[in-house]
Amino acid sequence: MLTATAILIDGLIEASYLFLVALGLTLIFGVMKILNVAHGSFYAFGAYASATAIGWWFASGFPDYGSFALMFAIAIGLGIIFGLLLEVGLLKRMYGKDEVIIVLVTFASFLMLEDVIIWIWGGNAYFAFEPYSLLGDIQFGTLFYSNYDLALIGLAVALAAGTWLLLNRTAKGRLLLAVIHDTEMAAAFGINVKRYFTVTFIIGATLGCLGGAVMAPKISVAPGIGVEVIVLAFAIVVIGGMGSIWGAIIGALVVGLARAAAVHLLPEVELFVIYAVMTLVLIFRPEGLFMRQKARKI
Amino acid sequence: MSIKNLLRGTSVAACLVAGAMTAISGAAQAQEKLKVGVVGFYTGAAAGPFGIPARNAAELMVEAINAGNVPAPYNTKGAGGMEIEAVYIDESGGTTKQVTEYRNMVQRQGVDAVIGYISSGSCLAVAPVAEELKTFTILFDCGTPRIFEDADYQYVFRTSAHATMDSVGAARYIATKFGDTKTYQGINQNYAWGQDSWRDFDLAMQSVLPGSEAAEPLWPKIFQGQYGAEISRLSVSPPEVLHTSFWGGDLESFILQSSARSLHKRTKMLLTTGESVTQRLGRKLPDGVIIGARGPYGILAKETELSKWLSQTFADRFGTKPTFPSYHMAQAFIAMKIAYDNAAAASGGSKPSVDDVAAGLRHKTFEAFGTTIDMKLGKGQQAITPTAYGIAKWDSDTGEQTITDVVTYPAECVNPPAGVNSVDWIKGGMQGAKC
Repeated sequence: MLTATAILIDGLIEASYLFLVALGLTLIFGVMKILNVAHGSFYAFGAYASATAIGWWFASGFPDYGSFALMFAIAIGLGIIFGLLLEVGLLKRMYGKDEVIIVLVTFASFLMLEDVIIWIWGGNAYFAFEPYSLLGDIQFGTLFYSNYDLALIGLAVALAAGTWLLLNRTAKGRLLLAVIHDTEMAAAFGINVKRYFTVTFIIGATLGCLGGAVMAPKISVAPGIGVEVIVLAFAIVVIGGMGSIWGAIIGALVVGLARAAAVHLLPEVELFVIYAVMTLVLIFRPEGLFMRQKARKI
Repeated sequence: MSIKNLLRGTSVAACLVAGAMTAISGAAQAQEKLKVGVVGFYTGAAAGPFGIPARNAAELMVEAINAGNVPAPYNTKGAGGMEIEAVYIDESGGTTKQVTEYRNMVQRQGVDAVIGYISSGSCLAVAPVAEELKTFTILFDCGTPRIFEDADYQYVFRTSAHATMDSVGAARYIATKFGDTKTYQGINQNYAWGQDSWRDFDLAMQSVLPGSEAAEPLWPKIFQGQYGAEISRLSVSPPEVLHTSFWGGDLESFILQSSARSLHKRTKMLLTTGESVTQRLGRKLPDGVIIGARGPYGILAKETELSKWLSQTFADRFGTKPTFPSYHMAQAFIAMKIAYDNAAAASGGSKPSVDDVAAGLRHKTFEAFGTTIDMKLGKGQQAITPTAYGIAKWDSDTGEQTITDVVTYPAECVNPPAGVNSVDWIKGGMQGAKC
């Protein structure tokens, strides 16, 4: 029973942070049809900036709980900067070109941003542990969990609910759904698709940065963390279906729970369990769990 | 002039000419540079805890050796009278890249010697190339015992002990200090280093504490950074001792995450490379964890003139004390100086051949920074050193990490004898160990 509880909680915690990153990735793909490899760098920048700012915040003696707001402010600030820099400054000039070329452009951006990170922060690892222990812990049997981890689950649920409400209960959201469904038709109906592209990219980048910002207090922020997370985020969107919001939720849960179950029940397979699940999904649902088969345009 | 006087005069002239020639040759050698490739992870996850401290030590040693500022007996200028010029190469990018970089260093940049490599994968890949190119190479930090157990080398040396020492030392420490341990478990990175470390530790535990039992080990992937599920798994039924050979960011993340969830209060954590993060984590490293330093280095170092000099000079220059990768690098430079000094003496002043240089280090025993290096294994190419373990304790008065309950094990207690395979030695009950 304790093991089952642990698998459930661990799986949800893992899924929550992966969902934050994967949501931004799938949102950008859904709206813009861009497989944004640079998304890993958004995560890394969020983590580095958050670790640096939290260190400064606590060293300056500001109120402890203000550090949570600081993480969100950093994510939003970086999201806007990256959104404008990459979408307006670079990707806008690439629209209409082959998808492979755009993927290569985002890959090149990823490599450059990784170098920028080393240029700014150097090769050293950073950590900002204070917020992680600020909320205390909670005990389930012999298991202790940090309340910060449980708050991450809450944040992911809030974002999932917020995204659903935005898409289904607001006029702008319905217009965005129209863009996701068929960009050309949406443009023909007078929707300013380019503006939706920019706003979507900024939101997606912000979510990537937010994932890094909220993970910074948990991890040692070191060069290479962006690569690690982008591989997992890709696995999630492939499992869930490229561009599907529901797919990102279910994909994150599948990955999180599969990994937790492997660690608790069969540690030898931990390394490849995520990719085994992904392979199984692709065998039976090549478009992912939540993608509808598209009609071929003639 | 008589024939006798003529002969005498000729002899004197010949001596004068020979003397002048030797002086000219010596002066030329003094002006000649010894170009040394220094390789380590200067970017990437291993840079902070390993690559940068090692590079800092390299810079310090190059300057100190060139100026003759290293304490006696290493206080002569240069290596074999030559001024060292370092070329720094990043180890990041995989083994194929390292082989290319190595060839580039030797064949295009013209380095005379190479000191480097933190990753065991890099060492395994580069060693045969070094041999092929007949280039004097010192592996300063990588751990795998396979280098000199699977092959013979003439020009490749390793001046730090291999990983078997870390695991055997760790098991002996548990037996010494926590002899009633019944259960132990491992969490190690799922690649060669983690797997070998756990295998050796498990075998050594069965040898020194036969009544103890290992729980199923955990194998997170390298650079995973997130250990929530693993910590829960360990918390469900905590072992008495938890072994990990995690390093760098993975080690820091695991310590931060597990201490927030009080794992250290329910299991005795044994960190074989723990010393490398003591300064970076400071008070965030929980009291009571067992730490090793892959030898008696850093806060586990014995106080000698040489170790005090390194510690003080390093701290003055970089604002932080050296950790074990710095010691590994510094002792590799000392080994290189010894090799070139010996070779220069043997060659009578001319620039020594690579064979003379290799002979200058093979089977040698020398004092390094708080420890003795004995080039005893691998037909005189592989070092053995003592090792030490202790328990970390934060000193809030000084604001520094301290160490208690230190036990230092002699080199021949924790390293296999010459010519014996490490795994076979441990499996055979570590016969011949001199503790």
